[in-house]
Amino acid sequence: MMTTAISVKDLSKQYKIGAAETKFRYNMLRDVLMDTFYAPVRIAKAMIGKSDRRSNQNFVWALKDVSFDLEEGKVLGIVGRNGAGKSTLLKILSRVTEPTAGTVSVRGRVGSLLEVGTGFHPELTGRENIYMNGAILGMRRAEIDSKFDEIVDFSEVTQFIDTPVKRYSSGMYLRLAFAVAAHLEPEILVVDEVLAVGDAEFQKKCLGKMGDVAQQGRTVLFVSHNMSAILRLTQEAIVLNKGQMLMRGPTQEAVDFYLSSGQMQAGERVWDADEIPAASQPFRPINLKVKNRSGKVVDTVRSTEPLTVEFEYQLDAPVTGLRIGFYLSTMRGEYVLTSFDTDAPDLFEKFDSRKAGRYISRAEIPPDIFNEGRYSIGVNASSFGVRRYFMDENAIAFNVDISGAPGTQWPEPRVGPVRPRLEWKIEKLD
Amino acid sequence: MTELTKHEPTTIYIKPSKGLAALNLRDLWIYRELVFFMVWRDVKVKYKQTLLGMAWAVIQPVMTMLVFTFLFGKVAKLPTDGIPYPVFSFTALLPWGLFITALNQGSRSLVAHNNMVTKIYFPRLILPMASVFAGLVDFAIAFVILIGLMFYYQVTPAWDVLWTLPLFFLLAIVTALGVALWLSAINVKYRDVNQALPFLTQFWLFATPVAYSSSVISEKWQILYSLNPMAGVVNGFRWALLGSGNGPDITLWVSATISVLILVSGLFYFRSMEKTFADTI
Repeated sequence: MMTTAISVKDLSKQYKIGAAETKFRYNMLRDVLMDTFYAPVRIAKAMIGKSDRRSNQNFVWALKDVSFDLEEGKVLGIVGRNGAGKSTLLKILSRVTEPTAGTVSVRGRVGSLLEVGTGFHPELTGRENIYMNGAILGMRRAEIDSKFDEIVDFSEVTQFIDTPVKRYSSGMYLRLAFAVAAHLEPEILVVDEVLAVGDAEFQKKCLGKMGDVAQQGRTVLFVSHNMSAILRLTQEAIVLNKGQMLMRGPTQEAVDFYLSSGQMQAGERVWDADEIPAASQPFRPINLKVKNRSGKVVDTVRSTEPLTVEFEYQLDAPVTGLRIGFYLSTMRGEYVLTSFDTDAPDLFEKFDSRKAGRYISRAEIPPDIFNEGRYSIGVNASSFGVRRYFMDENAIAFNVDISGAPGTQWPEPRVGPVRPRLEWKIEKLD
Repeated sequence: MTELTKHEPTTIYIKPSKGLAALNLRDLWIYRELVFFMVWRDVKVKYKQTLLGMAWAVIQPVMTMLVFTFLFGKVAKLPTDGIPYPVFSFTALLPWGLFITALNQGSRSLVAHNNMVTKIYFPRLILPMASVFAGLVDFAIAFVILIGLMFYYQVTPAWDVLWTLPLFFLLAIVTALGVALWLSAINVKYRDVNQALPFLTQFWLFATPVAYSSSVISEKWQILYSLNPMAGVVNGFRWALLGSGNGPDITLWVSATISVLILVSGLFYFRSMEKTFADTI
């Protein structure tokens, strides 16, 4: 018989919005004192039916009536775009924050890879930090003692274990921190975007550990924007949107639903007047969009489909020899490619003048170029050898989903930012 | 797996807490080792990368005592009930130092550990508690110095009432913890606390009989004066150690009652704010 590990019922969490406004209004004791002073007036107003400022305050539901059960030993993926409530859900499950309504029952200890290195103190040695961090994560001293050697082995920092961690390289630091978290052996593991930190090898280790944990029959909740990781590691997933659970189903179905339901309306960057330096005149950027094959503005593109990058801008005066450039790089900062809208041979050295007016420079990037991950686009507007008008090195970022790309049937991540479809021939020579 | 993790997992129920949340002392007990580790870390780290190291725990109170001795003992010639001024003021500086550490470290404890607060569950009470207990090491060192001073000035301890010292020590902890709870919880939402602290500590020092004897306060103001819980603590220390003053009278009871009230109300205020710490910090 299966036991339920997590049971979530009508879970809701409300946050106050207009943070900036409320901050200015309530962050000073003086305002509270004033507020207290005026309280009788407010109550009187409320009693005679006049509206009260508090009731006008805006609230947003980060989660609204979410319910699901998860059986012990299952791995559940959670997908949804930024602000969908994924992190809020995990925070409630790990008791960092309280729900506004609803209940959760959790069977066993909840651990997360999100808390890697929390409570590490730079002045303490590796050994001391293991004990400190273990205690913070809820481990008993005896438990840490018994796992100490294992943790040190796993972290590969054995010879520096009595050195203050401030002398560690960032890689060593991360490995040690991860080693402690990985040996917590919680009954329930929640993983939030681990793929965002660390180098490729470290990420592999994280995912490997997650796989191990699932194999040992423990329950895992996995949140990621990386659809291929979700597909690889989970059998079942739920889709969240604006705090509500839209569906739950086999991962493939949930991911397809998510990618096709037009939920990923990010993918557009708009420049406000105050973001444009005065020196860029007469050039004025307006917006930059990433579109998928069907022309929809998207945050995640499939690597097996072409994508279009559109840059809209205004010229307040004619500009001679203008060229618009796109720089694509990985989130780790390695450049993948550079391309200009004047790359066509017939435009070379023609130094045409573009008249004042509104333009779009549009580039189509063919399919089967990117590997999975998140990429950044920088834009640049210049006249070669004359002047650079405008530059934004991180104008927009998008995700690449590689489901169906060459080699995805092999359950291993591939290194390198590109994942082209190559013509392979296998010849027998004898 | 070790036997520790083999036990049947307990089920935790998460739901919005209503009204005055229960104190949840059970969780505090489960996490008792964390209090120890936090104190151990604070003590260990406090004097790291300092030239003088632990000597600071000696220098700080001794310097304060010397300044007080010069200003109030030699220049102002304040009455000390016949006790050499250095011993008189140092006895008061013991609980005062403990209180000040709790006030400063405790009120910042939640904000300083915001990465822990926003990422992990643990009873938040641990943070201000650990700050208060970390001050005990400095207290112990200062206590040894006091014994030395008493030998040097040949001051005989009040043997007959010395046994009450642990009670006053407890009262000092209660006061320090209560104030730390209030200020740390307020500090999460209103950083005004950081701004107010230097002023508050200075003001509080003048309102406490550290540099002077509370006998200089006229009779009719004594009750009002004892509303400052630290007045009771400091007078108690002087009485238990040196036999100075009247001993436990109505003013002490007023002070002690205020101390307990601050702690109890602090615990409930802290608990009621705790649920939103991660959202507002």
